[in-house]
Amino acid sequence: MEGRIIGQVKRVNGPVIEIKGITDAMMRELVRVGPQELTGEVVKLSGTEAVVQVYEDTTGVAPGDEVFGIGRPLSVELGPGLMGTIYDGIQRPLEELLKVSGEYIQKGVSLPGLNSRKKWPFVPLAKPGDRLTGGMIWGRVQETARVTHRILLHPELSGTLETIQEAGEYTVEETLATLRTPLGLQPLTLRHFWPIRRPRPVKARRSLDVPLISGQRVIDTLFPLAKGGTVAIPGGFGTGKTMTQHAIAKWCDADIIVYIGCGERGNEMTDVLNEFPQLIDPRTGTSLMERTILIANTSNMPVSAREASIYTGITLAEYYRDQGCHVAIMADSTSRWAEALRELSGRMEEMPAEEGFPAYLPTRIAEFYERAGYMDTLSGEEGSVTIIGAVSPPGGDFSEPVTQHTKRFVRCFWALDRQLANARHYPAIGWLDSYSEYIADVAPWWEEKTGRPWSRLRGEIMELLQKEVRLQQVVKLVGPDALPDSQRFILEVCSLFKNAFLQQNSFDENDRYSTIEKQVKMLEIILAYWRRGSQAIKNGVTIVKLRRMKVIQDIAKMKLSVPNEDLSELDKYLSRLERAIDQMEAVYES
Amino acid sequence: MSPSPNLPGDPARELLSGREYNGADRIEGPLVYVRKTHPVGYRELVECRDREGQLRLGMVLDTSDDAVVVQIFEGASGLTLPDTRIRFMGEPLSLGVCQGMLGRVFDGLGRPRDQGSAPRAEERLDVNGRPINPTAREYPRDFIQTGISIIDGMTTLIRGQKLPIFSGNGLPHNDLAAQIARQAKIRGGDSSFAVVFAAMGVKHDVARFFISSFEESGVLDNVALFLSLADDPSIERTITPRTALTLAEHLAFNKGMHVLVIMTDMTNYCESLREISTLRGEIPSRKGYPGYLYSDLAELYERSGMLKGTPGSITQLPILTMPNDDISHPIPDLTGYITEGQIVFERDMNGRGIYPPVAGLPSLSRLMKDGIGEGMTRKDHPHLSNQLFAAYSYVKDVRNLASVIGEEELTPLDHQYMEFGEFFEREFISQDFKTDRTIEETLDLGWKSLSKLPPEELHRVTEDEIQEYLP
Repeated sequence: MEGRIIGQVKRVNGPVIEIKGITDAMMRELVRVGPQELTGEVVKLSGTEAVVQVYEDTTGVAPGDEVFGIGRPLSVELGPGLMGTIYDGIQRPLEELLKVSGEYIQKGVSLPGLNSRKKWPFVPLAKPGDRLTGGMIWGRVQETARVTHRILLHPELSGTLETIQEAGEYTVEETLATLRTPLGLQPLTLRHFWPIRRPRPVKARRSLDVPLISGQRVIDTLFPLAKGGTVAIPGGFGTGKTMTQHAIAKWCDADIIVYIGCGERGNEMTDVLNEFPQLIDPRTGTSLMERTILIANTSNMPVSAREASIYTGITLAEYYRDQGCHVAIMADSTSRWAEALRELSGRMEEMPAEEGFPAYLPTRIAEFYERAGYMDTLSGEEGSVTIIGAVSPPGGDFSEPVTQHTKRFVRCFWALDRQLANARHYPAIGWLDSYSEYIADVAPWWEEKTGRPWSRLRGEIMELLQKEVRLQQVVKLVGPDALPDSQRFILEVCSLFKNAFLQQNSFDENDRYSTIEKQVKMLEIILAYWRRGSQAIKNGVTIVKLRRMKVIQDIAKMKLSVPNEDLSELDKYLSRLERAIDQMEAVYES
Repeated sequence: MSPSPNLPGDPARELLSGREYNGADRIEGPLVYVRKTHPVGYRELVECRDREGQLRLGMVLDTSDDAVVVQIFEGASGLTLPDTRIRFMGEPLSLGVCQGMLGRVFDGLGRPRDQGSAPRAEERLDVNGRPINPTAREYPRDFIQTGISIIDGMTTLIRGQKLPIFSGNGLPHNDLAAQIARQAKIRGGDSSFAVVFAAMGVKHDVARFFISSFEESGVLDNVALFLSLADDPSIERTITPRTALTLAEHLAFNKGMHVLVIMTDMTNYCESLREISTLRGEIPSRKGYPGYLYSDLAELYERSGMLKGTPGSITQLPILTMPNDDISHPIPDLTGYITEGQIVFERDMNGRGIYPPVAGLPSLSRLMKDGIGEGMTRKDHPHLSNQLFAAYSYVKDVRNLASVIGEEELTPLDHQYMEFGEFFEREFISQDFKTDRTIEETLDLGWKSLSKLPPEELHRVTEDEIQEYLP
């Protein structure tokens, strides 16, 4: 048995265990409980007693069982081999676990996070005599076809490199270099450990002005998210939180994806495992799984590991950020994580605040989201961590504590709308409750990349959507026929915009993602229809005539018919539209 | 499959397990407190004998140096403080399982309730099960034809799915569940199937309805029933679905059978959990339900699906009655977050005589996308169902408008939508309790409904599909 005895079990209450006879336990220390060696973490110390939360099912643990302290906090193993792997909440590789314990997860199995037998092709990037400080790059490994893994010095070490191995194949455990530090000679390997609850240090934070392009039009065009930003996706069950998260994980322009299935369905993780290896990333031509790390703590796995899974995920994300990557992390769902906090807090008999959640819930949420950002890293690169957190409000009611507190700490909010989901309008991101505070920050980027007045176009369509809502209220009372043509045309354009632009079919080859060029062109076409059409109505053209134009049918299906690679068809639609309206106006003028 | 759960431990503890304690210190509802015991494991099985020597089973809920809290499944009524004898068994509650349990009736703890003798167990399994490793799961994608149009066409049931029925008191959820159990089949596939039925707190006549319905369709020999009826102790209900699912797992993953598990009524199950939680003075979350209700329900619902390299499957059909027809009540709400969709009943449709009264829009099957279309159902199915949803959703808007401005004021197009809505509800959704429609019949009916609309309104189907299928 690893570690030293720190005490004996006094009481067992679900995943929370009270320990007595404590001598030298450390707060947040990793422990193993009882003869079954269940993994746990010290969460409270008081006199000679302590409270431990156990990451596995505690059936069978009895008072008097010994508790062993490992002497370090709960940490993750960082090094090559993370990519493409599926882990549970405390970084046990599930595929390895399958070999060891079969189809059902057994208790007390501890496995290293990285494969210790696999050999990696190492290339040194430093030479003896180099002065290295924490977080600096001293080697690299080609981890997958698309991911070059930079080997970082542990952020808390610094010194002079004494020796370093030649390029060659090594495992993560072999000593590849030695570092002369004030505390003596340190061996360096491909991997190092980092405690999950501590943010990894960086040099400086940068401002957020580059958007994370998701390929989803409603997101990129209406409510953009910046690289290094934070967003919450709240929605009742069945409104498509997971579908939206999956779509972003598949098509967004991040280098690395960390997908945390926190307290969600087992089949959903299986779905990702089946689907991602087969999907090809349009930017690099490699399989999507080669840039993805999955963390699966399904709803029936122990609740305290659910609490840890969020931190495990963000630490892995920060590690790749420190190598100079842009990482997007999906947490599905942060509500389950908050509920895990609540359950553990309740078992520890802490005083509850709102709806039974502990009073420190907002602090924990803030700590988590603040680990996002666009950073200058210690290695001298720049990298970012973007957090996309799903929230599952009970009853779809956004006034509940988790949604409300999350709103305080994110700058972008994609509210999923039950009515849109019921009409199978996906992604069901409602345009009235959603917002993004990054619009002004990312507008220069858009305008430079596309050469179009993006923020003016966006403003125009948002204004129309707002007008439409007010008109719809009138329509509910008197019917659409009572409105003048100029106002009915607003309804007409908005309906086209919703069907042809906002709604996106994630199963269609051409429509599952849209490049920024396609998005802007589509938007321009619809706005041209609005501008020219409303002018034509002033000149006497009827709305029925406008609606019957053949080109409108084509515009309605342009998202499906025009591929991202060749947008020339869209320019043709625009000129056909202009011509058709010109002709109509000519008739009325003469 | 999790093996017989003998807990590892030091020999002293194994010797001590089985030791009997005379007298309890406190009895409160179904909870019995015992002091000064040997170290007792969390969730250990407990045998408890009352003054007459009658055996009751229980489980350790909390264990500490000075006291152990035991939950007695049969309830504590009749127990006395001095004359209660308690024996801790040193292992969790387990169920002896075998294929011979099909065709039999058991109580909530898995003891025979019919006249037969106890079945000879091939294996003893921990009723709490274990989480399935997500990498061991096979993603479900086999279409189950239930013969019910609204389900097959719009919220398709997939083998290995968990699809609950959200119903209300007085609505025909039992009929629908029985109809699904009777008609469900895999097209082109003929393999051994079984039904495991768990009743929690339902009335005697409901249990009888299911039994006679299974009898009529001649499948009773393939059904195992676990009954914890309305007049049985409410605490027994917290274990009933677990025993039922333990047998289901054995049949599916050890015997390669396709098992349909019907669990009714989940609301009663949750009520029992709340009862125990309140008695123990736990901090409640919404509406007095314990904070771990989500995790607890997930432990049940996640025991479904398919495993790689194993032929069997578990499909779950839990039934719950929404208190006050409120879908945002914690029970349906948390269930919906765990299950792969839901079939929602609407009282208004039932009132208009539509059976099954399934509300089209809030009902959903999450696994449908991978189980329908060419080679599985028919190639027009994905677009068709999408179009029907969109059109039906518009019908709801038109109806709201009509109730304000009157039907006469509607535009001609809106009138057509009203007509479509009526046809869709009366002909497509509505069908007889005995009617078994093939998927082709269902899809053709869907196209027939769409023919009430002008073709240019059909944005979500392709031109080719309109040519081929629109009558």
